[in-house]
Amino acid sequence: FYLTPPQVNSILKANEYSFKVPEFDGKNVSSVLGFDSNQLPANAPIEDRRSAATCLQTRGMLLGVFDGHAGCACAQAVSERLFYYIAVSLLPHETLLEIENAVESGRALLPILQWHKHPNDYFSKEASKLYFNSLRTYWQELIDLNSGETTDVREALINAFKRLDNDISLEAQVGDPNSFLNYLVLRVAFSGATACVAHVDGVDLHVANTGDSRAMLGVQEEDGSWSAVNLSYDHNAQNEREVERVKMEHPKSEEKSLVKQDRLLGLLMPFRAFGDVKFKWSIELQKRVIESGPDQLNDNEYTKFIPPNYYTPPYLTAEPEVIHHKLRPQDKFLVLATDGLWETMHRQDVARIVGEYLTGVHHQQPIAVGGYKVTLGQMHGLLTERRARISSAFEDQNAATHLIRHAVGNNEFGTVDHERLSKMLSLPEELARMYRDDITIIVVQFNSHVIGAY
Amino acid sequence: AAGMFLRLLSDIQWRAAHPKWRRMTSSQRSTSTTAEPHPISLPAQAQVVICGGGIMGTSVAYHLSKMGWKDIVLLEQGRLAAGTTRFCAGIVSTARPVSIELKMAHYSNKLYQQLEQETGVQTGYMKTGSISLAQTQDRLISLKRIASSLNVMGIPCEIISPKKVLQLHPLINIHDLVGAMYVPEDALVSSANVSLALATAASRNGVQIHERTSVSHVTIQKGRVTGVETDRGQIQCEYFINCAGQWAYELGHSGGEPVHIPLHACEHFYLLTHPLKEPLSSSLPTIVDPDGRIYIRNWQGGILSGGFEKNPKPLFTEGRNQLEIQNLQEDWDHFGPLLSALLRRMPGLEALQIMQLVNCPESFTPDMRCIMGESPTARGYFVLAGMNSAGISYGGGAGKYLAEWIVNGYPSENVWPLDLKRFGTLQSSRTFLRHRVMEVMPLMYDLKVPRWDFQTGRQLRTSPLYDRLDAQGARWMEKHGFERVKYFVPPGNDLLDLDHSKTFYKPDWFDIVGSEVKCCKEAVCVIDMSSFTKFEISSTGDQALESLQYLFSNDLDVPVGHVVHTGMLNEKGGYENDCSIARLSKRSFFMISPTDQQVHCWAWLKNRLPDDSNLVMEDVTWKYTALNLIGPRAVDVLSELSYAPMTAEHFPSLFCKEMSVGYANGIRVMSITHTGEPGFVLYIPIEYALHVYNEVMNMGQKYGIRNAGYYALRSLRIEKFFAFWGQDLDAFTTPMECGREFQVKLEKGMQFLGQEALLEQKQNGVYKRFTMFILEDHDTDMDLWPWWGEPIFRNGRYVGKTTSSAYSYTLERHVCLGFVHHFDEKTGEELVVTPDFINQGEYEIDIAGQRFQAKAKLYPFSSLFTQRRRKDEVELSGYQRE
Repeated sequence: FYLTPPQVNSILKANEYSFKVPEFDGKNVSSVLGFDSNQLPANAPIEDRRSAATCLQTRGMLLGVFDGHAGCACAQAVSERLFYYIAVSLLPHETLLEIENAVESGRALLPILQWHKHPNDYFSKEASKLYFNSLRTYWQELIDLNSGETTDVREALINAFKRLDNDISLEAQVGDPNSFLNYLVLRVAFSGATACVAHVDGVDLHVANTGDSRAMLGVQEEDGSWSAVNLSYDHNAQNEREVERVKMEHPKSEEKSLVKQDRLLGLLMPFRAFGDVKFKWSIELQKRVIESGPDQLNDNEYTKFIPPNYYTPPYLTAEPEVIHHKLRPQDKFLVLATDGLWETMHRQDVARIVGEYLTGVHHQQPIAVGGYKVTLGQMHGLLTERRARISSAFEDQNAATHLIRHAVGNNEFGTVDHERLSKMLSLPEELARMYRDDITIIVVQFNSHVIGAY
Repeated sequence: AAGMFLRLLSDIQWRAAHPKWRRMTSSQRSTSTTAEPHPISLPAQAQVVICGGGIMGTSVAYHLSKMGWKDIVLLEQGRLAAGTTRFCAGIVSTARPVSIELKMAHYSNKLYQQLEQETGVQTGYMKTGSISLAQTQDRLISLKRIASSLNVMGIPCEIISPKKVLQLHPLINIHDLVGAMYVPEDALVSSANVSLALATAASRNGVQIHERTSVSHVTIQKGRVTGVETDRGQIQCEYFINCAGQWAYELGHSGGEPVHIPLHACEHFYLLTHPLKEPLSSSLPTIVDPDGRIYIRNWQGGILSGGFEKNPKPLFTEGRNQLEIQNLQEDWDHFGPLLSALLRRMPGLEALQIMQLVNCPESFTPDMRCIMGESPTARGYFVLAGMNSAGISYGGGAGKYLAEWIVNGYPSENVWPLDLKRFGTLQSSRTFLRHRVMEVMPLMYDLKVPRWDFQTGRQLRTSPLYDRLDAQGARWMEKHGFERVKYFVPPGNDLLDLDHSKTFYKPDWFDIVGSEVKCCKEAVCVIDMSSFTKFEISSTGDQALESLQYLFSNDLDVPVGHVVHTGMLNEKGGYENDCSIARLSKRSFFMISPTDQQVHCWAWLKNRLPDDSNLVMEDVTWKYTALNLIGPRAVDVLSELSYAPMTAEHFPSLFCKEMSVGYANGIRVMSITHTGEPGFVLYIPIEYALHVYNEVMNMGQKYGIRNAGYYALRSLRIEKFFAFWGQDLDAFTTPMECGREFQVKLEKGMQFLGQEALLEQKQNGVYKRFTMFILEDHDTDMDLWPWWGEPIFRNGRYVGKTTSSAYSYTLERHVCLGFVHHFDEKTGEELVVTPDFINQGEYEIDIAGQRFQAKAKLYPFSSLFTQRRRKDEVELSGYQRE
């Protein structure tokens, strides 16, 4: 069984998406040139999600990857909702009032976000009203609070993460008269998701991370080589600070049982996550909700199962760590990716592959005639070939696709081996998850000219 | 290497022609990087300082000195002719669609031809001719239109078959051509040497030239140029001329008071090759292949070929150091599509060896026309720049016109299309310019059909009703940054691609506009005309009236509440502006002018009104939204909304009154419509705009009200023979020449500007006459539509050109407006044009080479005026245009 190159390409490119920030947007010149994103499933269905949107009432762009576990419900909900919470947290008081008044009087709402979505990135229609009501309660509280202070992006990100997780938890506790929705909010709460979100506004880059997805900055050194700068910390057992934090939050008696086999309570890989109420609620609350919940929930062994050594919940939080970075002209791109990528590739290789790819496409080594004898025909041939190379089927149009191709197909020499690629992609569904994880990548490209002008 | 060669050649000639400069130039050549003391120090003062030693600066210096001005200093920051001029492809081409540009190019060609003889400097002038190729029928039509206007100018030009092309240029692949235009007298020059020749002649006439001297800023005091600061000291001067090419924008902004010169540079690439095996003849014609976006000329036995690509690379948006111009990169990948087009046009060149790809930035302007004239804010500050890559073609003529402007106060031709004052500060944003020139550069070779419009830099100025109108199907065009409605696509009528239809024939909005016109004639329409320029002039005493009486030709001492149509004339009686003035009170006047008059009219009045703090002029354009209610039922709508009688007895024509409309008070209502139809224009303080619009539309429903656009307005105006300033009228047209004597009060008891000239014309007769033509044998569905600029023939002889045209839905015929001259059959001398001369001719209008019979009329069809309000005066003015 063997996949031909076009078949490989059609699998790799099925979920690819590119967005170019228009120069003619008539408002401000963006420090973001655009982004490429892609996903390759290993789970069926895929449990990763991605989101990208431009804030319309404030400045800046939001991009995020979400890695779900125990199903995709939580990752799906977070991918739909989190950016709204962030955008609302960033809004000035007057705009919040204006929006609230519009809702109150049934007028059209100011658009808050402009989404940049692949057709496969869906939003749940059924839950939209429920989600909207929770969001509205949030902004109403913000209006009542009206601190009068200007909104700090770091604060906004942290508040938004915590608030959304709280709403997910509350919605599951309250339930919904509609049985479909009731089941949905429970699935969202009982599954989990990590989130790695970037907010770019001019030269201000904020990365908020919860869990073990990662943000990495690609930096071009003066000699043209590429290096990687981490813009997030993994929240897992490999991060000593994180292990320390968890231990600090619980009595000394639990020290031994808190982290076992590099997992939280011996079960969970990420140390921070959305949802996962099994690690957050008291045992009584879990039992009450499950008993009053629908049969599907009661039949599910996983949800009924209470983690061992569960004494002092919560053990898990959705609070992100936020890193702020001032973009410099040498910062050429940002990679946001779920752990599926980082398990297979070192960040240094990621920086090099993306860096070379982007410069190769956008600034191929220029041709100079110099003193050589070149005829018009030869030059024409050369240029045609260069154009063809860029657009050839094998050459990717999308930096994320290119990275996935390397992540899945690299041989021991660090080059893409078509045979290996073909084998990896033709694994049957039930085997795929053993060889690789879901991979979701967003590559954001920066405009050095704009950044340099700040 | 080629650039170097050009440079060396010009140095040798420059030195040969200028023995006294030898020591300096030769020593600088050898140690050009080290700073050296300049042998000649700058004068402390001069009458004129020109900044820029390219083709423009040297041409202005040449012409000024020829006209007898000697006290002139030309400053060049680097070396003469070392900027864009040095890199210029050197093609002198007269095939230009705009008539004034055509005249400049024609003059340049004649000037360059004799320049070598005059100065002794070799200019490399070679009359090769040029061939413009057409790959499509539409392109051929546009070439035929240009050919018609070249021919009547006396410039030889013919439309030729592809086969003939092959005879003229054996290398061309003709299989995809439908035809071509051949202009045998077009020429090639070495542009750097032309510039040096002009400098040489100017220098002999006494102009002082200083190289390596940069102007840091221009000092302006009390609105006048007083001097320049350079890196080598100050020079006091009366006139400063900014010929700094792509640096003109920055130089304009360097002073305390900015002079806005809206231009922006783009990279421009052309290719130089080694000679062919059998070197190309230096007399081989230049090829322009606009559909392939390229031009090709012979160059030292090989070729020089460049073009205007679809995806230009703007540069120096942030402003840059001049030195970088030398270091611009060749970009072969960018040039790729043009190279493909070149090899497709001349497949035989495959084996030709490349010498160099030259990257030579060119500056472009927001409307693709060059910039000349005096700053509206600083007297004595003149500009000549923004040549849109045709610097060498325009150089001679542009320099001549600017020199005339400085010496005589105005050039010998109407240069309004090029006047700096057609722009304001609003076109000066770098973002706007960057985006606009990215559209302009490809447009150089794009097919331009009637009523094309720019797509970038839009939605800058809008009426408060913009969103409302847009939601109702408005399609927009732009004038001076202001969005104006062309027409409304009716609901349910899916004409999304309507805007994309490009045609020289009947456009697809024909029926839409027809129904808007019908509604204006039978019911009532509302047109948003907020873009008009509006000034208020008032004084504590009689100063306003007295000043305006002098500056305007009609009698403004009318009862309060009257509206007067009047011209703002120059000394020669020509229209500087054509406007309506309402007398609001004894001491205040409200003046309405065309949209693009905002800068020109302001500057004209500012410079002529007495400096008196009791006399105030204010630009209130932005304060009012103007709604034009056109049609027989307008009176009903308005009287219902205001509970005031609006009939002719109470509200006669050409009357102005502040009243309430709906809840809103203080609406300035004028009984004019700029179309000759009955109705009113409402000048509404902008905060009431939406309210009044809603009220008018609600109330109007029962009278069949609908929205309409400028295309309908235009049709109504032209069928009634209304002239429009900027399109039909210009500074060289007097009221006598367009049948508007009734708008002039020659005997108003006091002198006014232009009076003498008009009296003389009244005595001696006029030399051109504005005339209306009704096309007779023109098939609206099948034939090419007229646009403007079509030649007019009387009894088979050329007598003038049209200035505007429209389809009249009432007459069901096309109407063209234009000027008829009377050229003596033998000498070509201009003779007096009498009404008999007009009436006793057989006329034809030439549309792209095809002639259509036309009936000439000196007066509009009276039947078109549905009612006459005031006996003595019929409204005869229109403000809308293309």
